[in-house]
Amino acid sequence: MIPAPFDYVRAESVDQAIELLSGNDDAKIIAGGHSLLPLMRLRLARPALLVDISRLADLAYVREDDGQVAIGALTRHHDVANSEALQELAPIVAYAASLIGDPAVRHVGTIGGSCAHADPASDMPTVLLALGAELVVLGPKGTSRRVTAADFFKGLFQPDLASNEVLSEIRVPKTTGRGWSYLKFHRRAQDWAMVGVAALAGNGIGPAVALTNMGERPLRAAGVEEALAGGADPATAAERADEGTSPPSDTFGSAEYRRELSKVLVRRALEEAMSR
Amino acid sequence: MQISVKVNGTERTADVEPRLLLVHLVRDTFGLTGTHEGCDTTSCGACTVLLDGTPVKSCTLFGVQADGREVTTVEGLAAGGELDPVQVAFKEEHGLQCGFCTPGMMLVGKALLERNADPSDDDVRWAISGNICRCTGYVNIVNAIRHAARIKAGATEPATV
Ligand SMILES: Cc1cc2nc3c(=O)[nH]c(=O)nc-3n(C[C@H](O)[C@H](O)[C@H](O)COP(=O)(O)OP(=O)(O)OC[C@H]3O[C@@H](n4cnc5c(N)ncnc54)[C@H](O)[C@@H]3O)c2cc1C
Ligand code: FES
Ligand code: FES
Repeated sequence: MIPAPFDYVRAESVDQAIELLSGNDDAKIIAGGHSLLPLMRLRLARPALLVDISRLADLAYVREDDGQVAIGALTRHHDVANSEALQELAPIVAYAASLIGDPAVRHVGTIGGSCAHADPASDMPTVLLALGAELVVLGPKGTSRRVTAADFFKGLFQPDLASNEVLSEIRVPKTTGRGWSYLKFHRRAQDWAMVGVAALAGNGIGPAVALTNMGERPLRAAGVEEALAGGADPATAAERADEGTSPPSDTFGSAEYRRELSKVLVRRALEEAMSR
Repeated sequence: MQISVKVNGTERTADVEPRLLLVHLVRDTFGLTGTHEGCDTTSCGACTVLLDGTPVKSCTLFGVQADGREVTTVEGLAAGGELDPVQVAFKEEHGLQCGFCTPGMMLVGKALLERNADPSDDDVRWAISGNICRCTGYVNIVNAIRHAARIKAGATEPATV
């Protein structure tokens, strides 16, 4: 299927992109296009102007910065997965990126696009939520703000982004000394997660557990975290995995099935995180 | 919009609508129909081309995104009338039946061997994991790509074509 007509400009800088977005209510950023183009094909999205930021090479990087790992929004999933800095300092991020789609998708899709799309079935937002990551957002007149992952993912396809803002960087804490796990359950290799679980444990910080595809946005498994803080073992705590969730029903499984699945996966993720 | 793309080593220009998909730019505008369009939903990999040497799905990119870049299609594999080792290997190892998935599979194999001269079965399976084949059951495709690695390394003489 063919998208509706639109105008296309390749931005030379973030400032130019913001200016173009500010001047046109129907303008949209395109990074990898691997979420946007499928929507345009179905004509669920009909932007009048696409502002292509994919060649802003200075937005593609992974580097240590101020005790955190800073990831440029245009870093491809493939490069996140293969980043030695991330493999060493925050391995859950590199690992989760390696599970997104298939190799060709990972060559094109970006971490910024994954966040800005805010699909609750996406893997990276869940990992960022569990980590307590921060997102850096640039706006008109050189403004810049930092948002926590908990605030950024507001709802279904609703990131905390104005139409003339650009997500420029994702900042994750180093997880040195913490055990971690990301479990993604799907019927066929390369599929989206029916349910996914990110877990971090150890090093004197309370365990963090977050869920993929269990509601309108990535969710912290607050009941599980509370039970663990109260001294419950992983299997007992995992029974509370679906508290406060509203999983979807679709051809892959019912909401009921997802609730049960989330408990099993949380238990396994906690066991894995606590053992490494 | 005026674009310029280096296709299989030759600079090509075209005046296209921004909404023209890369797969249609390649097939319809440039007449290179070796790139197949299967699913139209980024799932099957039949439309795989190499963009600056990296496998991508051309059904989910706009042609304008390839402006100023290099695209390699299956037609670009054989150089100077000589088959690429990957093509020789697919022939010798019966890596295809109907051939619909084959251009994508061979380009993925070509890109893999550039990075990894001696891939294991698992490496090959991982590399082709975004490419679906309805015929072969994959075993011969994996064998073919590993065979191509041996041909490239000079470890085995390809049979005369
Ligand atoms: C076949 C297939 C399988 C996939 N499987 C998975 C999977 O298993 N798990 C998973 O998590 N994802 C999956 N994805 C989605 C993939 O991760 C996408 O790459 C990603 O969601 C979007 O990144 P993008 O760079 O392509 O963004 P685009 O499609 O370019 O943009 C997506 C949205 O974000 C906006 N945007 C992009 N970048 C910015 C920015 N820097 N600032 C502000 N707004 C921005 C755009 O305007 C648009 O609204 C899959 C995609 C495909 C096609
Ligand atoms: S046609 Fe592009 S992936 Fe199937
Ligand atoms: S040979 Fe027929 S689809 Fe692969």
